[in-house]
Amino acid sequence: MEEHSTMFHVVPMRVLVAVWLALMVLTVITVAATWVDLGSFNLWLAMAIATLKASLVVLYFMHMRYDHPFNAIVFIGALLFVMLFVGLALIDTRAYQPELIPGYAPGMGGKS
Amino acid sequence: MHSAESHVAHHFPHAKAQVEAGKLGMWIFLATEILLFGGLFCAYAVYRANHPEIFVYAHHFLNKILGGINTVVLICSSFTMAWAVRAAQLSQQDKLVRLLAVTIFCGFVFLGIKYVEYEHKWKEGLLWGKRYKPVHQELTKPKDVPPPKPLPWVNPEEQSTLPPPAVPPQGLSPEVKGFSQEGVVPQNVQLFFSVYFLMTGLHGLHVVAGMVVLFWVLLRARRGQFSSAYFTPVDLAGLYWHLVDLIWIYLFPLLYLIH
Repeated sequence: MEEHSTMFHVVPMRVLVAVWLALMVLTVITVAATWVDLGSFNLWLAMAIATLKASLVVLYFMHMRYDHPFNAIVFIGALLFVMLFVGLALIDTRAYQPELIPGYAPGMGGKS
Repeated sequence: MHSAESHVAHHFPHAKAQVEAGKLGMWIFLATEILLFGGLFCAYAVYRANHPEIFVYAHHFLNKILGGINTVVLICSSFTMAWAVRAAQLSQQDKLVRLLAVTIFCGFVFLGIKYVEYEHKWKEGLLWGKRYKPVHQELTKPKDVPPPKPLPWVNPEEQSTLPPPAVPPQGLSPEVKGFSQEGVVPQNVQLFFSVYFLMTGLHGLHVVAGMVVLFWVLLRARRGQFSSAYFTPVDLAGLYWHLVDLIWIYLFPLLYLIH
């Protein structure tokens, strides 16, 4: 086992259980947060909790904390590109917002 | 030859290099998966920014309880998967097989609940695009505005896709009231269901693919092929399964818990 201990990291059982419990509690908090009206902050709160949950899964269940850092660069790089993609699309969307007709969504194949 | 080295391909200097290369390959694949779903998340963001009233209205047709149970099921399956990797690392063969079986079972539970949800929407006609034909018309048509009667010389089958002329663009005249108010049904609700079925459908396909891979790993684990010396397939299948969980962690609040 001495040779293998340098090859990979075994996540302690209590860490796995703690992460699982934290994910459960955060799921309950996500649902409970929708009972409180915080305006547009509700969406940001839900996204923040989801990101916290995702970080727990990636760091401990997916071993990223113990892994080679290059894997993290690949993963976070993909996330940054998605954020860039969505962010630029939203900036463009906002620019066209004044020309929208409320309740009218063309190109979705339904009867209007 | 050392038993731990028997799995090492000849172009790798040692087992650690092979394990690292395998993991890097998996992470690059997961990056492409994130970009694939990123396109759908982008579509979601643009449509929700443009038509928030449709999303607020339509999300009431999703069952929050079933969605919540599915979230819990996937988190539990992620936990058993991480535990299975640990069992493989510690050469606990029986435990590994059992934990993989539980993980696959959780996948079946997830798909079963998804089936119940899809079937309900199918019966209610809450589908994508042109297939959006809600059964309960009183729920989806404004009560106070009767539908315009076609003139006798107009073929009632032909309907313009243009917006009614009485609805002016914002900014040119007083804002149209009613579209974002509670209790009034917005038009083009099929937009939400197109996004919903695309995102959950693609995610569901990933669950099926993950279960197939896990089943293959399970068969190999039953033959006792994994131990602390070699467990890369368990590890990489686990990474894929966790990604499926990750995507659902975002899908659940974005689709089911719109405020």
